[in-house]
Amino acid sequence: MSVLDLARLQFAITTVYHFIFVPLTIGLSLMVAIMQTFYVRSGNEMYKGMVKFWGKLFVINFAMGVVTGIVQEFQFGMSWSEYSRFVGSIFGAPLAIEALLAFFIESTFIGMWLFGWDKLSKGIHLLTIWLVAFATTISSLWILIANSWMQNPVGFEIVDGQAQMVNFGAVVTNPNIMYQFPHVVFGGIATAGFFVIGVSAYRLVRATTDDDRTMFSRSLNFGLVFGLAAIVFTIGIGHLGGQFMLDKQPMKLAATEGLWESDDPAALSFFQIGDEADRKAIINIKIPTLLSFLVYDQFNGMVPGMNDLNAIYQELYADIYGPDADYIPPMIWLLYWSFRAMVGFGMFMALISIVGLFFSWRGKLDKHKWFVRVLPYTIVLPYVANMTGWMITEVGRQPWIVQGLMRVEEGLSPNLTAVDLWVSLIGFTLVYGVLMFADFYLLWKYGSSGSTSGEVVKPPAEDLELGKAY
Amino acid sequence: MDLNTVWFILVAVLFTGFFFLEGFDYGVGILLMIVGKEDGERRQVINTIGPHWDGNEVWLITAGGAIFAAFPNWYATLFSGFYLALFLMLMALILRGVAFEFRSKDDNPLWRKTWDYAITFGSGIPALLWGVAFGNIVRGVPIDETMTYTGTFFTLLNPYSLLFGLVALTLFTLHGALFLSMKVDGVVRERAESIAKKMWLPVVLLVVGFVVYSFFATDLFIGFNLVQGIGLAAAVIALLASGWLIRKEQFGRGFIGTGVTIVGTVMLLFGGLFPRVMPSSLGAQFDLTIYNAASGPYTLGVMTTIALIFVPIVLAYQIWSYWVFRKRITAESHLEY
Repeated sequence: MSVLDLARLQFAITTVYHFIFVPLTIGLSLMVAIMQTFYVRSGNEMYKGMVKFWGKLFVINFAMGVVTGIVQEFQFGMSWSEYSRFVGSIFGAPLAIEALLAFFIESTFIGMWLFGWDKLSKGIHLLTIWLVAFATTISSLWILIANSWMQNPVGFEIVDGQAQMVNFGAVVTNPNIMYQFPHVVFGGIATAGFFVIGVSAYRLVRATTDDDRTMFSRSLNFGLVFGLAAIVFTIGIGHLGGQFMLDKQPMKLAATEGLWESDDPAALSFFQIGDEADRKAIINIKIPTLLSFLVYDQFNGMVPGMNDLNAIYQELYADIYGPDADYIPPMIWLLYWSFRAMVGFGMFMALISIVGLFFSWRGKLDKHKWFVRVLPYTIVLPYVANMTGWMITEVGRQPWIVQGLMRVEEGLSPNLTAVDLWVSLIGFTLVYGVLMFADFYLLWKYGSSGSTSGEVVKPPAEDLELGKAY
Repeated sequence: MDLNTVWFILVAVLFTGFFFLEGFDYGVGILLMIVGKEDGERRQVINTIGPHWDGNEVWLITAGGAIFAAFPNWYATLFSGFYLALFLMLMALILRGVAFEFRSKDDNPLWRKTWDYAITFGSGIPALLWGVAFGNIVRGVPIDETMTYTGTFFTLLNPYSLLFGLVALTLFTLHGALFLSMKVDGVVRERAESIAKKMWLPVVLLVVGFVVYSFFATDLFIGFNLVQGIGLAAAVIALLASGWLIRKEQFGRGFIGTGVTIVGTVMLLFGGLFPRVMPSSLGAQFDLTIYNAASGPYTLGVMTTIALIFVPIVLAYQIWSYWVFRKRITAESHLEY
């Protein structure tokens, strides 16, 4: 593999891995803050148990998000130095602001929340978790402002080969962020919703005490309400974001739809086997006009295909990259199926939370044990949807590192050797792999049998007792 | 003063905050298994920095972000040039951070021991590497006309920089021992105090060696300026004073001494660099400076406004967080980790 491929693979691995933990942090911090608000307002100890139980899982996940996030702050400079030189003025700024506005609040107040139960008044202690939740959201806002600039560069001028910021307001109000930010945040809340749904259902089936039963059925309801509300918003905003994509990144849209040739009215493909070498579809089952309808809200309208767009770009950028440069993203199959997985799983999540809420509202969850037994498996849905969503966003932007301004190979650090990259790639992969086991082990331990009364360390004997509940 | 200078100072301030704060929590991490022999003692040790280590580390993240935004060429050359060293540091920081949160969540002795090692080495390696990194920056590394680092990983392992690595490692350890002596009690406190007493002289010798070596190996003392003078004087006086205070068993004041030593050292280094950010060993014409490494004036202006508003707020709530957890941790304290 070339240095470029290694660097891309490493960036993909470290970033995808980081984003396993981020959505749950975003959503669960908010849910724990709300649970603790219930506790402080009602004084009901059951809510305190909820805060302690979910808070523990939150912290295990949070730690992984924090440490893998450190890598993000540095690896632009490490592997992508030429990119960093080009964009520092406009991309580095939101990163610095994120650290100053969000990371400091997050890190300081998570410490105060964890250690402050008996050192702070109830009200101030509640404030600390709200600040953590607030800061996580602010953090995603600023990093997405940076990412949005890579998708849709605004508010800059090229000076001496650097993209220099000339309008901070334009960068912050990038139209792309208006879709991306709520889509990611609601996606995070939906993730947390399903995490809470799944764990609660698991515990509910095995609950031996009334306290456990009350707490986990209340938690399950929490999860269902948050999950449904969030997934509905996520889907709705995602739809609008897709329409925006037609305007700013038509190639990404065509690639995720497997649309090789322009079409009007365009059909929506729902099963395609394509030939990426010859750049055409081999088997393609489609629904007529549906793609035009989704994109234009009407039954006609031209949706440009990849081959036509490629020709347009080749002409447009001939002076810079030569007449034969290619502008079609790699791995169209990945984009095509990622999009279908994301949308399909999102719809499925909506369906599950509607059914769950209906059963719960009618008090029929007890009668539909099968449903409750299936729920733990649904935790995987939002995770797949999150990953595939980012695959579309980032792979679909290729070959650009900054849409229309810089190709990915131009951004690479010139001094790195394949040995450098292999060392770090293997190192990251090993350590991340081991940590994944440790993280899953702890989440499983505390999720499946963790105390609901808020003890710090439970003796292992606890596991055995719960085993008898089968 | 132009905005480029303002940002140079701000980056220096962020590194000062980072080395002062994370300095002692690296030290505490390094000493974990030496001052804490059994599990309860180790938990006391970790709890002294438990609420703070993450917030301390954000000083580094913010410094990284600030360099990226204000001096993109500095960010690009430094991080791509010191690639493998940074990779090692990131590994260490990752394991260390996870270790704090994961250690107490299972009582299997092997589990705990593994994370204890992660804390020790995860603290020691970055402490050493920061010294090596700054030693190299001050000494100058090969940077060509395209602002690209042309050396290798082994170029960084020169005697001068390694000596500075040892200075950082031992100074942070002493700083951490003094912090522990204020924050714990009983046998853990006695061990921390005795380590502080033993470590002071080696630290002084290493610092003296470093200053003398700097005189020959770097241009730190050419065109010696007022900031450097104040920094050097403060560092020397504070380090000597901390030795005297340690002898007098006034460890809390000794901690202020090592803190001032760290601040003074950063002033000496950044004062010596100014207006360069990364001197090139291939010729002064290739030096990265606060001008050729900077992003545009507009960005610097926007960022200055934001920094002036938020840095004081951050300082205020971080100080408050130390105030909340000011009490000494004893064997009877409720321990979270």
